[in-house]
This record gives sequence, structure tokens and C-alpha cells, in this order.
Amino acid sequence: MTSAFDEMTGDGSGGVRDSYRALASWLELAPPDLLQARSRQAELFFRRMGVTFAVYGDAESSERLIPFDVVPRIIDMEEWAHLERGLSQRVTAINAFLRDIYGPQECLRAGVVPAELILTNPQYRPEMQGHRPPGDVWCHIAGIDLVRTGEDGFYVLEDNVRTPSGVSYMLENREMMMRLFPDLFAEHRVRPVDGYIDSLLTSLQDTAPERAGDDPTIVVLTPGPFNSAYYEHSFLADKLGVELVEGGDLFVDDDTVFMRTTEGPKRVDVIYRRIDDDYLDPLTFRPDSTVGVPGLMAAYHAGRVTLANAVGTGVADDKAVYTYMPEIIRFFTGEDALLKNVPTWRCREPEALKTVLERLDELVVKEVSGSGGYGMLVGPAATKAEIADFRARLTANPNDFVAQPTLGLSTAPTLDGGELCSRHVDLRPFVLTGPAESRVTPGGLTRVALKPGSLVVNSSQGGGTKDTWVLDV
Amino acid sequence: MLSRTAANLYWTGRYMERADFLARILEAAIRLAALPAKDDPAVTAWASAVASSGVKAAFDSTGRTPSEKSVREFLAFGADNSTSIKACITRARANARSVRTALTIELWEAINGAWNGLNEIGEPTRRADFINFLDFVKSTSLAVEGATSRTMLRNDAYWFLRLGMAIERADNTARLLDVKYHLLLPPGERVGGQLDYFQWTTLLREVSALTAYRWVYRESVRPWLVADLMVLNRQMPRSLASCQGMIVSYLERLATDYGRRGPAQRLASARLARFEEARIEDIFQSGLHEYIQAFLSENHALGAAIHDQYLI
Amino acid sequence: MRIRIDHTTRYDYARAARSIIQVLRLTPRSCEGQQVRDWRIETDVDTRLRRSEDAFGNIVHTLYTERPTNILTIRVSGEVSTVDTGGVVRGQTEKLSELVYLRETPLTRADAALNAYAHAIGDGRTLDRLHALMAAIHRDVAFQVGATSAAHSAAEAFTQRRGVCQDHAQIFISCARRLGVPARYVSGHLSRLDGLYEQEAAHAWAEAYVEGLGWVGFDPANGISPTEHYVRVAIGLDALGASPIRGTSYGGGDEHLSVALHVRPVQQQRQQQHQTRAGGL
Repeated sequence: MTSAFDEMTGDGSGGVRDSYRALASWLELAPPDLLQARSRQAELFFRRMGVTFAVYGDAESSERLIPFDVVPRIIDMEEWAHLERGLSQRVTAINAFLRDIYGPQECLRAGVVPAELILTNPQYRPEMQGHRPPGDVWCHIAGIDLVRTGEDGFYVLEDNVRTPSGVSYMLENREMMMRLFPDLFAEHRVRPVDGYIDSLLTSLQDTAPERAGDDPTIVVLTPGPFNSAYYEHSFLADKLGVELVEGGDLFVDDDTVFMRTTEGPKRVDVIYRRIDDDYLDPLTFRPDSTVGVPGLMAAYHAGRVTLANAVGTGVADDKAVYTYMPEIIRFFTGEDALLKNVPTWRCREPEALKTVLERLDELVVKEVSGSGGYGMLVGPAATKAEIADFRARLTANPNDFVAQPTLGLSTAPTLDGGELCSRHVDLRPFVLTGPAESRVTPGGLTRVALKPGSLVVNSSQGGGTKDTWVLDV
Repeated sequence: MLSRTAANLYWTGRYMERADFLARILEAAIRLAALPAKDDPAVTAWASAVASSGVKAAFDSTGRTPSEKSVREFLAFGADNSTSIKACITRARANARSVRTALTIELWEAINGAWNGLNEIGEPTRRADFINFLDFVKSTSLAVEGATSRTMLRNDAYWFLRLGMAIERADNTARLLDVKYHLLLPPGERVGGQLDYFQWTTLLREVSALTAYRWVYRESVRPWLVADLMVLNRQMPRSLASCQGMIVSYLERLATDYGRRGPAQRLASARLARFEEARIEDIFQSGLHEYIQAFLSENHALGAAIHDQYLI
Repeated sequence: MRIRIDHTTRYDYARAARSIIQVLRLTPRSCEGQQVRDWRIETDVDTRLRRSEDAFGNIVHTLYTERPTNILTIRVSGEVSTVDTGGVVRGQTEKLSELVYLRETPLTRADAALNAYAHAIGDGRTLDRLHALMAAIHRDVAFQVGATSAAHSAAEAFTQRRGVCQDHAQIFISCARRLGVPARYVSGHLSRLDGLYEQEAAHAWAEAYVEGLGWVGFDPANGISPTEHYVRVAIGLDALGASPIRGTSYGGGDEHLSVALHVRPVQQQRQQQHQTRAGGL
């Protein structure tokens, strides 16, 4: 692998990039142990606040802090303008795609995406066929994972349109940075991120069922404190000023959703749910779900409640469907995709499978239904045994996999033991959609692979986060 | 407020109160066991600690026999005891965590700090370390109580926290008194007769009331006066009457806030009215043990009424 | 023929349930093979029933109780006129593409054994292969009540080679899908030829999609395609999706379920019925 593009120094030929100039000189003048001291301060504060993340299958540290890196990642105005247009285009197309899939299915008839790939996809919900959610919005909240390989080389690595997480870190990281480095903010014009909460509230209110009136009751539905993203659920409920509910707090009567309160049942109009489709309603989906609300789908189908995101959006972020996203965008917006897809081999196609099997040691192989960095092979970093294992799995179930070239993810300066080092980063901006438009919050969650050379940025796999600054100049 | 939130707050209050109570029981048992006496005071002290904690059946079913080691371990840390100090703090914290946003930062940090401290201290076996541990637990409950009263808004969240604390405290005081008075009474002793002075003194110490006793009664420790203090004295913050007064006032605040009284309010005020008429002589006349048993079962019924009215 | 159905389901709760919610798929639709003449759902306590139609085209009622309930009895009764269509389903609006019925579900996921069993069916026309599959299941999987429960998957039932009509149908569905043929589950009633009108449970079979013919019924438990003795009630991807009642109670604790079912022909009117059908076409 050639040396990667660096966010601060570019390809290394032209010194510090303009957007990083102020930061670079600040870093040079900063006393040697200042960053580490601030870093410890940040960790202490996050721990006291209980800003934690639960890691599956890890009983010892079941409540773990996601490491926070104090060196911000900076995006200039022009770069952002390009990303913003591309993200908004993409999410607009995703909503149109979902509306079509669960409606007239024109894109299937036109052959844009193979019908069988959609209709037999585990994330497609036949129960939703013919359903029109309030405001006709399907994906209210999207998190799009971007990676960068060069000056103009932004790629979409993955769409997250089910229950994307991480936005609390975007907001908390900014709070922390403003507390730790007020002088740095004085030297940069950083666009604020806290409009996210207002935008989210607006999207949820504007998509409430009609009968809810002007002041719909909104709740955040969580699977409970043992969920890995519980902190985020409670954070969002708190910032939105709405109740954080669990399945048991809600019940359905006469096709209407109510919550149990100390003053009796109260009607609920909009549910920002952080529970997967499968667990939402044991009378429609998995009967063994204990975190859902029996009868919720009856209320939903009766148009008495809004679920954000809608049920069945997962079919749009499936890794096999991802490969068709450029065609989907063209079909629904009439434009070429502004943000590129990473070239991807669909292992369901025999030719592609052959190529992938020949080049396993250099590719990244992903399970179509996997997420969070689980069920993934990073060829160049894998052992012989891991490669052999994936070869067997690929051969047995090629439909379950896609493969991509190992990308030279960009790096950004990151603090490691008091020294600034280059570490690989990605970026997850968040896109909110209401009945009228999609809005992108300027910034996002920058995830950083803390191990030298590692390309895996997922927090469940030891990744950390950074504040992301979008400059207004 | 969500019913579950109210339940979480109520149980946070109950579990923190119980952790504090267990620490006091253990401290007293260590002191009682050290007393010089002719029959084996140690075994009696440790057995009574188990009984006062209301977990005798659970303790016996584990096959343990009462000794300093077994009782300390069971009441403080027992993995097979669902209401040990450790379990109580863990549960209080789990309940608090579920309603994190209903708490002030100060209160959350006090509760979370208790839990973090619990994990840092581990399970000390040396007596001196164990006593430090008990001190830690007691200081924790003071910190939680302080944070609650200094920082929480006086709204339903606060009333439910306090309500849980008051119900639990009433339960604990009643059981403590019953054990000392009834179960520890050597065979053949007359009720209200020659009971071990030290046992009563220790009981007062357990509830931090030895000095209070002297201030109120100005005489040496006598069983019926201790009972008067613990049952009827409204100045004594742990007395049954005080607890009952708190329960009534918290329930009334809820009724005012919500604009609706229910079975819990009716039950609680009826009982408070009976406290106001009661005299300790009459209670002894018809039997303190019977009186306390009736109190405990009423307290249980009140807990159930609160549950039905608000928590589901 | 004309078939009368009386279907009573009773739930006894350990404690009074504060509220009960149930999703009922108990109401048949008319199609070419069956004309629903009269149908009603009644309960013995005050309930609200909200009628809707699901994405599969089933008539769904959502039931809500209005006050604490110890016993809930749901009685469904009605009459359906049927004609023999040779097992072919006609005159039914299909809301979903047949490709949807290639989806595997937890209850119908084929394991290696089922996959091999499916592929042991010889080559030939789709219809012939499906008949061969039905015959094989009818031969190889014994009908035995109590060997399986409603939660058993096709693969589990197939391992034991025993089960009830649900298992036969799900094994058939699982294999058909492995052969690339869309297949679905049908819950319904069978008016038995042996005069046994009192039945312990409702019936179930499968339908598979045959290019050019459309949906065709297969009843592997009996080894035949549905006749005029069959009444289709609901369809789904598996037994769970087509189940007559899915529900839950708040505060009811354990529940005990009992079913009384009478399915019998209304013989004296059979001739007249045929004329009605013919006139209606």
C-alpha cells in the first residue's frame, strides 16, 4: 500500500494544507505536555458523565469509554460544500428508492436493481408493502460513512439508514473541545453542530400523524440500559426534551400508542426508535422480542403513529444493494452521483466471485448483513487461517458477501502517548430528512483507528473518535 | 412522568437506604460480638444481624451457619444474596442509570461514585478493612442523601426517591426493633424485663440515636423508652412515626402535583392518624411483636398500593 | 359444497389480565374456489375489533379488551360455499410479487438435510416436481400429534420425520423454495370425508407458484391438492405469519389455551350452491 493522503499535510509534497495552517502552528507552540493533560481531563470528564459504550461479548469492560482524540479533524468550506450536496442527493435518492420499493416498484420493473435481490432480501419487509408513512418520509435519520483517499477522493463506504448511532459523540466531542481549547476556536471559524437537535426535532414534528395536531408527543424508544448505544439514547431524549421509553412503557389500545405515566396513559404520536425492525412488535415480527411493543404495527398501519426511521429502511443500506446506489441515484434524481461508491465485487456474480477468491489476500470482504466491523476480512492484515476460513464461507454462500479493494484511508494527526502520529480516519456525517428536504449537519463523527497502520475504525474494534470541524472560510 | 421512571427512582431510594441500613447492622454486630459475656455472644450477634436484615430464610438455605466470616460475607457481598450491600448499591445504580436524565449530575455522581468505589474497594476480609468499607457505605448514603436534598428539584422525581427511602427505612426500623426485642429475648425472660443493657445501647447506636435518647429521656437506657423512641417519637428521624409522616407528606405532594388522590394516600393517612393516638403503654399491653408484625404487613400493603397507583 | 365452521378459542389467564391485545387472521376471503356467505367473530367480554388488511391480502382484526379479563373466548362462525378448482387458486388479488415467497424465514430455513431432500426430487416440469415433493413428504414424514410444537421449524420436524400438518406444510415450503419455486403457508379448514366433524385444530397446507398456472395448493399431510372440502383462511411466509391468533396480555401471567372446532358440510343445500356459483361467474 502506498502512503496515504494525510488530512494535514496532503500527499506530503506541499507542506501543511491551508485548512490546517492555524492548527499546525498552534500545535507547534503548545507546551509539550499540554495535549496529554487535556486528553486526561477529557477522559475524566467523559467517565464522570458516564459517556460510555457497551461492547458485546466483553463482560469485563461492559461499559467502556470510546477513546477521544483531542486533535480535531478539519474540513474546509469547499470540501464541505461538495460533501453536503452529495450527501443530500444520496439521502434524497434513498428516500425515493424506499418509497418506490414499498410502493409501485418502478425501479424493479425498469431493472435498475434485480427484483429478486430486493424481494428476497432479509431487510425488505413485505409487511410494509403498500404502506405510506406519515409525510412519506422513510429515512428520517441517516449516517453516511465516508472515506477519503486523496485531495478530491471522497467515497461512500457504507450507508446507515436503520438506526445509525454516533451523533451523541459528534455533539459531546464538540462540547468537550470548546471546554478544553477555547483559544483554538477563537482562531478558527468552526460551523456549529448543535443545530442538529433542532433539526431532528423539526423532522420528527413535521412527520407526525395529522391528528397529532401542532404539539405531537414524541418519545425515544430504546432497548434498554444494556444496549451498546444506551448512553446516546438517553442523551438524545434529554436534548430533545422528550421521554426515553422502553417497550414496556408503551402499549397499544384501539390502534393508538400510549405510554404509561404516573398520571395515567398518555398518547404517543412519534417514536424515534432505536430498536431494530425485528424486535419492534412481537405480534408481527420476532415473537420472542421482549423489548418491543405488542400491536405497534397495527397502530402504525392505521396511520396513528410515526416511526423514525420507518420500518423496512434496512433494504437500502444492505451491502449488496449498496453496489447499485449509483444507478439508484441516477434513476430517482436524474443526476449522476456526486459521491462515488467504492468499487465493489458482488460475490453473487460468478465472475466477481472468481476474482475475489483469487485476490483474497488484498481485498476487504464484507458480510452483506454484517455491521459494526463484525464479519469482515481485511485481506492484507489477515492470517492464513482467517483467509482460509473466509474462502470456505465465500464458496459456500457467495450471496452473503461483497468485496472491495483495500482503500488507502486518509490519515490525520492523532495523539498517541504524548506524540502526534498519523492514524487512519473515516467520517460519518448525519443527514436529517423531513417532508420538504434533507439537511446535513456541518461536521459529523470522525472515527480514528488508534492502532498504528490499522484500517478498522469501529468503536467495537478499538477505534476512537475526534471532533470534526467544518470551517466557515 | 413515566411509570417506569417513577419505579426506578423509588427503588433507587429503597436500595440506597437498605445499603446504609445493612452497613449499620454489620457495624453493630461487630461491636456486640466483642462484648464479654457468659453465653456465646458472638453467635447471637451474628445470627441477629441476619434476622434483622430480613434474610434469615435465604441465609439458612445456603447452608451457612452464623459466624462473623459467613455473615459479613453474605450481608456485604454475597453473590447468592440478592439484597447484599453490594447488590443494593449495584441495583440502586442500575435503577439510577435507567433514569439518568431525571437526576441531577450531583446525584448521579454520588450514586455512580458509590458503585465505582464498591468496585475499587473489592471485598475486604481483614476486620479493619471491612470496617473502613462500612464507613465508606455510610458516607456514600450521606452523599446521596445530601445530593438529593441539595440539588433535586422538588418535583415528582424527588418525591418518588424520598418515598422509596421512607418506606424502606420504616421497614428496617421495624425489623430491627422486633429482632432485638423479640428474637433476642432469652427463653423465660419476661417481655420488658431484664434485657441486656448493651443490646439496647447497641440498637440505639445502629440508628445513630444513643445521644438523642439521652437528650429526650434523660435517663439510662430502658427497653420501653427505646421502643417509644423508635416507634412513636416524631423527633427521631428513623422512628416509625417519622417514617410514616414522611410517607404521608410525599404522597400528599404527589397528589397535589397530579391533582388526584388515590388508595395509597388514603391508606397512608389512615395509618398516620393511628400513630397520633397511640401510646407506648398500650402497644406493650397488646404486644410489641404483634404491633410490629402488623406494621410490617401494612407497610407491605402500602408499598403494593403505591406500585399499583403509580409504578405500573 | 357448503361448509359450516364453528371455531371457538378460549384463553384462561392465571390472573386477571389488565388488557389483552390480539391480532386475528380468522376471516376468509372469497375467491373463485370459495364464496364466504356469512361470517362473524364474537367475544364473550367487551372488546374492540379493528378490521384491516395486511400486505399479504389477509383480513386482519386487531382485538383489544376494555377491562380486566380472566377468561377470553373468541368464537368464529360462518358458512363458505366451495367448488373444486383442482387445487388452483384463482380470482384472488395478489398484493405481493411471487418472488417475495422465495424468502426464507426462521421456521422454514432449509438445513443441509432439507436441502439435499429437496434436490433429490427428479427433474421435470415444475408442477410434476411439486407433486413428487408432496408425495415424498406424505410418505416420509409421519403424522403424529404431540411430536412437535408450533415453535418447531421445518428442519427440526424433518429431522424427526414426524409432525402435524403445520410441519408437513413448512417442510414442503422450505424444499420448494430451495428448488427455486415460490411457496407459502395457508391456514384454513378441512371438512373431513370420514365424518369427523369435531376437530382438535385447524388445518394447514402449502401453495406454490407455478409459471402459467399461478398459485397451486398442496396438502402434504394428506398427500393431495386441496378440493372443495378446503377453506382457505390466511396466507403467510410460514405458520407464524399465517397464524390465526397472535396475542399477548398485560398482567395475565400464564395463559391456558383451549380450542373447539366443528367443520361440517351443509349437505341439503349443496345442489343449490353449485347453481349459485355458476350464476355468479
